[in-house]
Amino acid sequence: MLTKRIIPCLDIKDGRTVKGVNFEQIRDAGDPVELAALYASQGADELVFLDITATVEQRKTFSALVHKIAHRINIPFTVGGGIKSEEDVRVLLQNGADKISINTAAFLDPTTINRFAKQFGSQCIVLAIDAKCESDNNWYVYLNGGRTKTDKLVVDWAREAVDLGVGEILLTSMNHDGTKQGFALDITAQLSENLPVPIIASGGGGTEAHFLDVFTKGKADAALAASVFHYKEIAIPDLKQYLSQNGIAVRI
Amino acid sequence: MNITIVQYNAGNIQSVLYALERLGVTASVTDDPAMIQAADKVIFPGVGEASTAMAYLKERNLDQLIVSLKQPVLGICLGMQLMCKHSAENDTNCLGIFEEQVLAFKATENTTKVPQIGWNTITNLKTELFNGVSENSFAYFVHGYYAGLGENTIATSDYIQAYSSALHKNNFYGVQFHPEKSAVVGEQIIQNFLSLKS
Repeated sequence: MLTKRIIPCLDIKDGRTVKGVNFEQIRDAGDPVELAALYASQGADELVFLDITATVEQRKTFSALVHKIAHRINIPFTVGGGIKSEEDVRVLLQNGADKISINTAAFLDPTTINRFAKQFGSQCIVLAIDAKCESDNNWYVYLNGGRTKTDKLVVDWAREAVDLGVGEILLTSMNHDGTKQGFALDITAQLSENLPVPIIASGGGGTEAHFLDVFTKGKADAALAASVFHYKEIAIPDLKQYLSQNGIAVRI
Repeated sequence: MNITIVQYNAGNIQSVLYALERLGVTASVTDDPAMIQAADKVIFPGVGEASTAMAYLKERNLDQLIVSLKQPVLGICLGMQLMCKHSAENDTNCLGIFEEQVLAFKATENTTKVPQIGWNTITNLKTELFNGVSENSFAYFVHGYYAGLGENTIATSDYIQAYSSALHKNNFYGVQFHPEKSAVVGEQIIQNFLSLKS
């Protein structure tokens, strides 16, 4: 039976792991290679590394880091942050990344998705969507790490991107991110029930019960979190044991 | 030991190379027939689309070469599918080492997502490729097509229906999952392959 995935996310700045609360107030949570190896040994199913400074700063440090990670860990990992061109993708895959995630660049030029999918295969193209529920009760797409609002509805963009060839969607709720009050169950379920690709839910995971909810009520295929793992508030083996006891198929 | 990875337009060559490096093994990546022929073990990776991959192999006469190999050969993912007789992916005639047919997963009401992406169990494990690997171990899969069950099946998995997650015939082995990404289980399987008698 295919299992639900638990994915720790490591935000990277200058080769170090950081985590923003509501995309602000960044704190240092350690060496990414060591942390990645620890998570892999604890039973993380995949890892995501986001270069949160990639759009403005030198990217070579990140590629070198990807290379180090690939030599150390034996589970799949996705890298993202500021990816725009085929060359960006090639360098990251060459350095050992299994998948790349795209966000703003794909939104500004959706043909990016076609081109990447054609050249590298849909299986390695993850679309990251930063989503925010506004006062009109609709979920909108945000760009540039959550700084820029668009008029596009999340459901519309997700559908369009799947048609263009993305292989998975990483959905982050800006309303929930950093709050530890639970994932955005409604929009996650809405995407998961209507799209033929896996949905990775992100933002808001604070307790083991939140993860259970996102798999049962949110219909997510995978759940991603950062600080609860980095600061040892939730241990991955305990989380998986809990999920398993509550009827969720997980890899133990 | 001389380990050679067949170089063609497959997406996961780098990952396989890194996985071998993590095990302390150096491999060469080549499409040179003489080098492939001289290898102790040949790994035939694969991520991509069947007809494009077969056309690429044929252009370089790698199709005939692979079929003629006598040393242990391990096909991975699309590599395994290409070792089958035929793939429904763009109606492609493949290498025909395994008689099993490669078919497309069809989404159902309960399982709406194709391709399958993630960790699934492998069961009914046979041959020394799975020495030391427990029944119901987890392996990492990414695939929209699958090989049906047949006489060459040496591991089965279930997604929408039961299918072959590994095949074996003579010196040829194929795995649908990615051992290079399947944590310690994958490492054990790669080690087992490297330990096969040439």
